[in-house]
Amino acid sequence: MAEYEIITPEMEAAVGIESEPWTLEVDRLQIRLFARAVGYTDPLFYDEEFAKSRGYRSLPCPPHYLGTLVFDPATSDPTFGSPRGRRPRLNHGLKRVLNGGTEIEMFDTICAGDTLTATSKIASLVERKGSLGTMLITTTETTYRRDGTMVAISRGTGINY
Amino acid sequence: MTTETQTFFEDVAVGQEIELKLVPTTQQLVQWAAGSGDFYQIHYDVEFAKSTGLPGVIIHGALKHALLGRMLHEWVGYGGKIKKWGVSYRGMDVPGQELACKGVVTEKRQEGGENLVDLEIWTANPEGQKTTPGTATVALPSRS
Repeated sequence: MAEYEIITPEMEAAVGIESEPWTLEVDRLQIRLFARAVGYTDPLFYDEEFAKSRGYRSLPCPPHYLGTLVFDPATSDPTFGSPRGRRPRLNHGLKRVLNGGTEIEMFDTICAGDTLTATSKIASLVERKGSLGTMLITTTETTYRRDGTMVAISRGTGINY
Repeated sequence: MTTETQTFFEDVAVGQEIELKLVPTTQQLVQWAAGSGDFYQIHYDVEFAKSTGLPGVIIHGALKHALLGRMLHEWVGYGGKIKKWGVSYRGMDVPGQELACKGVVTEKRQEGGENLVDLEIWTANPEGQKTTPGTATVALPSRS
């Protein structure tokens, strides 16, 4: 049995538990804003008629964009917009967070007008000593569905220190 | 750029390199905050960033993942598809200097009726260090 500084049995018990679902909206306004941020000049992400001429229902999502969380001031995180209480809270007491990695797997094209339902689970918890002190590395897997069909999976690694 | 020039499976060789060079600005980081919904202050507030032990504002890791996605999108064209791409944020990158998004083809294979190409992908800082290494799989159309 490994000796942990941060990870508690309670935190370990949270691994693998699928969250309650939340909703993501995909709209043209946000697709254009996202595409601008990434520096696209491709009309596919700005001009709906052009996108339709290429066989899309509307503007398709640029790579990495998987809809926007529906913000609820009562339950959403003010900094990240993520829904609170949708997965077991890890009481690690660490104040700082860095993004450790991202993987996205696409199964279908997502377009403006789509509504997605996401659920997530903690896939793994790892403790590591680094230049920033003892760090907690959490891998979270989020599954995105449209009308019940899986369209994407994202895997994110968070580093708390 | 538009993606009118199509890359075909037959034209791709193992070892082939792709690249997208750019200089992310602080303006781009603010646009990314709005576009992604990530308003963490280390990406636009220098004093806040320093208070967490960072040298200054840093580029969002997710933006680097999205930029590598843009490189892949512009390479595979409208006839291709990005199936999967993932990276680790190993090194921090800062705005105002060149960020090179790069890829190299490591394998070509056919699976489930698709023409798949695997790549190693990464971002490099001006010192040439791989700050965001990872892998990708794309599907390309065939000429036949």
